[in-house]
Amino acid sequence: MIHLSDVRKVFNQGRPNEVWALNGINLTLRQGGATVFRGPSGSGKTTLLTLVGCLARPSSGRVRLKDRDISGLPERFLTEIRRSTFGFVFQNFNLLSGLSAIQNVMIPAYPRGLPHKALRRRAMALLDMLDMGDKAEAETRWLSGGEAQRIAIARALINDPEVVIADEPTANLDSGLSAQFLAIAGRLKRDGKTLLVTSHDPFVCEAALVDRVVTLHDGRIVEAG
Amino acid sequence: MAGLERQRQLLDFALSSLARRPMKNLASLTVYTAVVFLLSSVMLMSHAIRREAAALLAGAPELVVQRLVAGRHDLIPTDRLATIRAVRGVAAAGGRLWGYLFDPAVAANYTFLVPPDRSIAAGTAIIGSSVAAVRGVGPGDVMSFRGYDGRPVAFTVTSTIAAESALVAADLFLVSEGDFRRLFGIPADRFTDIVVTIRNPREVRTVAEKIDAALPDARIILRDEMRRTYESVFDWREGMVLVLLVGAILAFAIFSWEKASGLSADERREIGILKAVGWETADVIGVKMLEGLVMSLTAFLAGYGLAFLHVFHFGARLFEPVLKGWSVLYPEFPLAPSVDEIQMASLFFFTVFPYTLATIVPIWRAAVVDPDMVMR
Amino acid sequence: MSTLRVRPSTVLFAILAVGGVAFGTTCVEACLGPGRAAVRLARTARLAERLQLTDLCLFTEARYTRHASQADRHAAFQDHPAALEHFPSGSLMPPSGAANRASP
Ligand SMILES: Nc1ncnc2c1ncn2[C@@H]1O[C@H](COP(=O)(O)OP(=O)(O)OP(=O)(O)O)[C@@H](O)[C@H]1O
Ligand SMILES: [Mg+2]
Repeated sequence: MIHLSDVRKVFNQGRPNEVWALNGINLTLRQGGATVFRGPSGSGKTTLLTLVGCLARPSSGRVRLKDRDISGLPERFLTEIRRSTFGFVFQNFNLLSGLSAIQNVMIPAYPRGLPHKALRRRAMALLDMLDMGDKAEAETRWLSGGEAQRIAIARALINDPEVVIADEPTANLDSGLSAQFLAIAGRLKRDGKTLLVTSHDPFVCEAALVDRVVTLHDGRIVEAG
Repeated sequence: MAGLERQRQLLDFALSSLARRPMKNLASLTVYTAVVFLLSSVMLMSHAIRREAAALLAGAPELVVQRLVAGRHDLIPTDRLATIRAVRGVAAAGGRLWGYLFDPAVAANYTFLVPPDRSIAAGTAIIGSSVAAVRGVGPGDVMSFRGYDGRPVAFTVTSTIAAESALVAADLFLVSEGDFRRLFGIPADRFTDIVVTIRNPREVRTVAEKIDAALPDARIILRDEMRRTYESVFDWREGMVLVLLVGAILAFAIFSWEKASGLSADERREIGILKAVGWETADVIGVKMLEGLVMSLTAFLAGYGLAFLHVFHFGARLFEPVLKGWSVLYPEFPLAPSVDEIQMASLFFFTVFPYTLATIVPIWRAAVVDPDMVMR
Repeated sequence: MSTLRVRPSTVLFAILAVGGVAFGTTCVEACLGPGRAAVRLARTARLAERLQLTDLCLFTEARYTRHASQADRHAAFQDHPAALEHFPSGSLMPPSGAANRASP
């Protein structure tokens, strides 16, 4: 479904602080299943996810999504693809403070112009599924880490994406909450979502639901799983 | 339908964003409303006064002939009447008797006038509404002033001029010719000035030139010029109003610039999040524009509405200290509500658009931020 | 039930509707204003004409502000309209129309 060929990403090119975050990645990710990216800090895991998730474009190489080359598409189309295909759970959740939980969940859907009632119902259903129904009107600032993550997951699912991308989902959670995350991830996988996760956490890498572990080092894949 | 719902949802989001910083945005809104209020009050008031002036002074004398002595307005001898009447094109000429009297009791200036249209019995007076108010007198009361020679001259008030005419008559003190001359010591062969009626209105300028030729020490004032004096009263150009407004506008400009250019790290992060979860740059800018539009539209409606109430229903109370200046007599005049559409449109334009623009400009810079920054 | 919560835009529309109605009222008043005041204005204009008045009684503090159009050439505030001078009202008034004329 997603195919990367000889993908490189360079930051600050030509300047003294030039960094080759990715250095020739060749990788094919199939639809469905859960893939974990692991590797030491700075190995390029997050950068790889930004390229796969259409948040950024590679410096060279090709990224193909369902046989469509998306590495050269203009911003507008990337946004469109990102909105319809990917759901993101960021490492530090990135919820908007000052808004209620349910408003945060609905944000990615606003540009689509769905009927408000239907959208709200869908957001409520997602929150209920994640056991967060009673926190729908809570302000996100006061939520605990685990609650905030579940809001972030609900937000990632509001546009019913095929792929859910999570960057270090368990970094800020204790083992109980990590287990809870894995349970949710298992459910998403059963629902047919493709999961792309980065993690240092052996608890995640060795979880039963993980189909594939890709190991990176210095911007290269050292083990493609 | 989807387009509309989409706009509405973006609007919802813009409003929730505004609500997230309630103190800051309420403060903005208050300052903004105050600026609009001040601008509209001046605008409405000056327009209304100009309108009334045009209506009220339509029947002013066509020509006034003054005598100047060493650059000062001086009493004009009665024999000049004959000279003026002899000028071709003059239909009639008559002397006016008017002048000022400072009333030390209340430190107010009155305009004494001998009415040409009625005869007033010696020792009586008809007074303007502000005179009556400031001295607390009414029909039957006696007012006494020191004449030019120190002898007191007393007047019994017979009536007051209706308050509805305050805009022209608030400080008037109508007396008989004899009393007027006795109070000020004006000899019988002198008038204050002379008013002239012209046979053919289109010849006003020609007649004025002829009178000027016949009376070299005269100064002639045309009705047109009297009207024009009030056409530009409270104009934008006029010092005080301008100074006040420039101050307010500058403060507001600085304020909105500060708000606009100070795009905080938080706001940048938010824009990054919105873009990362699938908003287009246009959506982000659209929301910011909606925020600006909501703020400026609300401020415009509130400021303008309050100004309308202030000027037409509360007699422009807040301007009283400015308009009053150092005078004790301040006419309380009703103003007929009237609005100049073009003025209002430009007020709308100059208050709503700059602010809205000022809010989007910095967003442009932030909107080109790559969305992947939120992954860091 | 929380799904019945009022949308912020609904509140805004309500506020704008009130503002719009108020604005409309001012427009109606402004349209009717001159008509309603016509009688008063006509009476006052007739009074001004009969008394041969030339000026508005806005500022009574000085003779060149009380009768701005009659002020002689050398009275204050005829130098420059924005000049700040002794009497504050001077700054609100333009020089008389006649002051700008070269002749007669
Ligand atoms: N915007 C950027 N500008 C400059 N350098 C960057 C930028 N983004 C990433 N890098 C660099 O690219 C390299 C890879 O970063 P990346 O965030 O992908 O690593 P990571 O594997 O996710 O690490 P971690 O496990 O700590 O999250 C790092 O050396 C980082 O410093
Ligand atoms: Mg990372």
